[in-house]
Amino acid sequence: MTDYTNQRVFDHDDDGVVVVIGSGAGGGTLANGLARQGIKVVLLEAGGLHTRTDFHTDEWRAYEQLSWLDPRTTSGSWRVAQDFPNLPAWICKTVGGSTSHWSACSLRIQPHEFEARTRYGAIEGTTLLDWPIGYDDLAPYYDRAERRLNVTRTNDIPGLPGNNNFKVMYAGARKLGYECNTGRMAINSRQADGRDPCQQRGFCFQGCRSGAKWSTLNTEIPEALATGNCEMRTRAHVAEITHDASGKVTGVSYFDGNAELRHQKARVVAVAGNSIETPRLLLNSASTLFPDGLANGSGHVGKHYMRHMTGSVYAAFEQPVHMYRGTVMAGIIPDESRHDDSRGFAGGYEMETIALGLPLAAAFLNPGAWGRDFTRMIDQYDHLAAMWLVGEDMPRDTNRVTLNQEVRDQHGLPVANVHYDDHDNDVAMRNHAYRQGSDVYRAAGAVDVYEVPPYPSTHNLGTCRMSEKPEDGVCNGFGQTHEVNNLFIADGSQFTTSAAENPTLTIIAMAMRQAEHIGEQMKSRTI
Amino acid sequence: MTTPSLSRRVFLKASGGTLVGTLAYTNGAIAMLAPERSWAVITEQFDDHQARTLLVFTRHLLPHDKLEDAVYALVVKDLDRQAADPEMRQQLTHGIATLDRQSNGEWLSLDEGARQDQVEAIVGSPFFKTVHGSAIVALYNNPLAFAHFGYGGGVDDSGYLHRGFDDIAWLPEPPNAASGTLPADSTSA
Repeated sequence: MTDYTNQRVFDHDDDGVVVVIGSGAGGGTLANGLARQGIKVVLLEAGGLHTRTDFHTDEWRAYEQLSWLDPRTTSGSWRVAQDFPNLPAWICKTVGGSTSHWSACSLRIQPHEFEARTRYGAIEGTTLLDWPIGYDDLAPYYDRAERRLNVTRTNDIPGLPGNNNFKVMYAGARKLGYECNTGRMAINSRQADGRDPCQQRGFCFQGCRSGAKWSTLNTEIPEALATGNCEMRTRAHVAEITHDASGKVTGVSYFDGNAELRHQKARVVAVAGNSIETPRLLLNSASTLFPDGLANGSGHVGKHYMRHMTGSVYAAFEQPVHMYRGTVMAGIIPDESRHDDSRGFAGGYEMETIALGLPLAAAFLNPGAWGRDFTRMIDQYDHLAAMWLVGEDMPRDTNRVTLNQEVRDQHGLPVANVHYDDHDNDVAMRNHAYRQGSDVYRAAGAVDVYEVPPYPSTHNLGTCRMSEKPEDGVCNGFGQTHEVNNLFIADGSQFTTSAAENPTLTIIAMAMRQAEHIGEQMKSRTI
Repeated sequence: MTTPSLSRRVFLKASGGTLVGTLAYTNGAIAMLAPERSWAVITEQFDDHQARTLLVFTRHLLPHDKLEDAVYALVVKDLDRQAADPEMRQQLTHGIATLDRQSNGEWLSLDEGARQDQVEAIVGSPFFKTVHGSAIVALYNNPLAFAHFGYGGGVDDSGYLHRGFDDIAWLPEPPNAASGTLPADSTSA
């Protein structure tokens, strides 16, 4: 059995520790990367510990167990604000964060996507910017991350066997001349890392009970704890990051599981609360010295919120498909992920299979819909195949996370408001993707095709973006904030642009690189 | 997840009502799960008329012609549970009364087209939203609905690897390079 026992605990007055906030892809990986260098780490997770034997196959129960359900608000013209006004994002509050929920699709950002502003040119109404790092800076860490996660189709690891949903996508893709395979997945296609191969259960989104899917819950966290250098505190909700008169971060105040306010001193603080909670925490940490929020002298904290261009195509066939059997992201078509503005938009998108069980399909296929147009889709449930469309969306300074002073959470803290308006580029890309996705299924023999609107965001990015110049963003190429040198951003908030790919592998590679950087800076006493 | 009592009629006299019915499809997936054809669901907060109205109203919102009333009764059961809260009970009973008043009698006694007109007249009302929001969860999150719509769910948690995850025979088999290998066919790392 995996051991989550703390081998060591640290004093609240120990100012030699690194506090890592959040135990997901960024925070969990960073905590382990630091602990393995012998650095003392206090890992604070707002959620509770749910190990894999606790996971459910009842989709609604799993949703309630794992999701971040504290209040949030929405605004803007995006459809999510209408369908799910208090649920802008479907992300997690549990040990392991959203790696308990992710599909495990593990793609590298393409080289040109790190230079979006240069390659796409100036696009009106966007805040496009090149990343301060390039593909070559991350390449060695992508290599390490792929080995660490046993990503299929890398390092001679075989691909996962394709399920029915894949077979349908493959048949249509080939007729259109598209490439299609079962993708690069952080799901074991064979026994590795002490974890079993995938049994094709179909509950990747609900937490993988077999442990075949990589998550920080079943790898980084137990490994970090085993070093004896990392203490994890669960149900620890950070309210504020504190600093001294010189502007250096000194620790964090957090509510523990009994709603008591505690303070943990720190030498370094790294924030990995996902791209909604991370800016919320910095904004809630405003002080006389940082009147607009911690590390927010440039005014970029919370801005440039990106959530990917998304949408889905569902299609019904004469013969049964049973899409729910097996991995959720079971097949991918990468052809449209290139940048080619002859298509009428900048950037690209991926087509990836998706599957929902009957309960979630009813909730997400056309939220709020009723009557026969809606029930016709459900009547076809076991004959449906489906794909998710995921592509680069444009950063805009008006798409942003702000504090909603009118709405407070259970601790009395202002909640995050998430504002989003689709840019014309996003709309053009979505329409193109709907058309191509529909063509794939028609080529495979679909009798009905349905364009399904975006779900609440699972890819939340950009709200503390990295930039070469301090005036253009919040942190540098290592996630170190421009204003406070012992404060780091360790999650997808760092993304300068969203790129077309599922972001998790990049978040992990960046966290591995950041762990080394923090270690070197601590050794040289720079921080 | 709740399962209705399908085993026998229940004649216990509660303060509320009783929804009773008979399975319409003797050979359907639901009949396979049920030991008897008759079913009953007891309500605490609603009388027979109110419970029946909610059931038929839900059929108008989410019409599946071949889906048994026994499954729609689960939505009524869920609304009944929520109506333990007085405010919710007030909203729901008021909504039912409004339907009847608009119908100059009983909404249930109208023909289907006239009932539908009355449903369309209250789209977006709190009553409509409450019933729809509950129905979209309760109608589809139960073993009877899973059987009817062909969703296998978690089965016995052993997965679909040896249970038809790739059993489509109506399309050509993708080559191994595009798909992958079964775990048993690949060597250990």
